[in-house]
Amino acid sequence: MLLWRGSIDMTSATSAKRIDDNKNKSDRANREGLRGWLNPIIYGWERVSYWFQRLTGIFLLVYFIGHVYETSSLVSGPDAWAAMLEMTQTIGGHIFLILVIGASTFHTINGIRLIFTHSGQGLGTPGRPDYPYDPTSVNNKQRSGLWIAFILAAVAMLYGANVLFSGGE
Amino acid sequence: MNIFKKDKRKEIKNETPLERSNTSTSGQSLVKLRVFRINAVQNPNDVPHFDEFQVPVKRWTTVLDALLDAKSYQDSSIGIRYSCRMASCGSCGMKINGIPRLACYTKISDLDTNTITCEPLPNFPYIRDLVTDFSQFFDHHRSVMPFVKNKKADIPNVNELTEYEQTPQDLDKFLQFSYCIKCGLCYSACPTVATDLKFPGPQALSQAYRYLADSRDSDKSKRLKVIDTSHGIWRCHFAGSCSHVCPKGVDPALGIQLLRSHLLGLSNSEKKLAKLHDRSTNSYREGEGE
Ligand code: HEM
Ligand code: SF4
Ligand code: FES
Repeated sequence: MLLWRGSIDMTSATSAKRIDDNKNKSDRANREGLRGWLNPIIYGWERVSYWFQRLTGIFLLVYFIGHVYETSSLVSGPDAWAAMLEMTQTIGGHIFLILVIGASTFHTINGIRLIFTHSGQGLGTPGRPDYPYDPTSVNNKQRSGLWIAFILAAVAMLYGANVLFSGGE
Repeated sequence: MNIFKKDKRKEIKNETPLERSNTSTSGQSLVKLRVFRINAVQNPNDVPHFDEFQVPVKRWTTVLDALLDAKSYQDSSIGIRYSCRMASCGSCGMKINGIPRLACYTKISDLDTNTITCEPLPNFPYIRDLVTDFSQFFDHHRSVMPFVKNKKADIPNVNELTEYEQTPQDLDKFLQFSYCIKCGLCYSACPTVATDLKFPGPQALSQAYRYLADSRDSDKSKRLKVIDTSHGIWRCHFAGSCSHVCPKGVDPALGIQLLRSHLLGLSNSEKKLAKLHDRSTNSYREGEGE
């Protein structure tokens, strides 16, 4: 039995081809682009997490490259190394290191949470949605990982600030 | 407005809208409707702008009602797309005060403001005013083969057709995802869609899961091939925005993560899914009259 078929070719193969063709079309008007990435607040806490994970990830990457450059000064002898270390002994250097501590703590803990959510863990199971709809995946169970990441990052930064600014006393 | 709470579910208060709205001479409250205007197809160089309308509202007036009021009595050229007026057809999606919503499902009294700004859905090309082009969105939907494929069920002789049995537990694995009305709100909220035209988006990916989880479907590998690509499911970062805006409780983010865990070979989701959600177990039992 042949059902009605419109003039548009509805097969998935042609759809996939159209998606490819669309790629280079100037028809990009109304795309949110990078603004869409950066918009951190109107879509709830998971979007805040997305934003911070990306921000801290890129920050850590930049730090990591700088860190390799810094430690590579060792090959020029202990004096060059000591001169490099001096750079972190300023107030600005301390603040930078505290940010690194906060970023790496947040990124790691929240990264572990994301590994769980990306594998479908802690998100609840599908059911029969009833009004008022309450999506189970954006629940407090998985979200608590985000709170823990924020809290531990703050604690680590406070501890780091204490060590750096008052020698840990 | 606290956007982290679901504003549309506020309890009905006894307060009259007059208490917080401007009042016209006739005693009816008025809101300012700001409508995005563009004629992108007829005039590709058209510069978009906002037109403002004062519209009378009641406690139950929806944004769609207000737009139709402005269209009927002030400017008949406003371009809007709508059909069912009851959150079923998925045509009236637009950005209302910054968030993608259905105009027919958004009450003005729930927005807690007297200025309502209506813009076309982001990530959909403009056509005219609030009407956007869904062809790419539908292409993505079709690309995941959104239909049950089963060789055994392909019986040419109509007389041999039999029932294809499915337990309620099997149904519950995918039912929620089948409530999708293809309104595109999730697609416009997704940050990956914002920069990647080839990413299928939350709607198509959750539909891929809907058919994967359907016990009647026997053609899973082909569908998985479509989404397991460099622009496919791996670009989802679980920003959760799709589930925040979905008006039908589809929870596309859940479908995507379950699909991903299936692809990673991590999930026993088939078994796990059969365990019904507390809520749904209860409503199912009630239905049975237990
Ligand atoms: C044990 C430590 C770490 C864990 C558990 C971790 C975990 C993760 C996870 C799960 C993601 C994916 C997030 C998503 O899907 O949106 C991610 C993204 C990323 N990570 Fe890490 N990470 C760690 C350390 C690092 C380090 C040391 C760097 C820098 C050198 C780094 C740089 C990045 C970058 C640039 C991204 C991409 C961000 C994005 O796409 O939004 N990560 N990390
Ligand atoms: S998943 Fe929800 S938001 Fe997305 S198209 Fe379907 S009904 Fe609309
Ligand atoms: S008019 Fe049908 S969903 Fe709004």
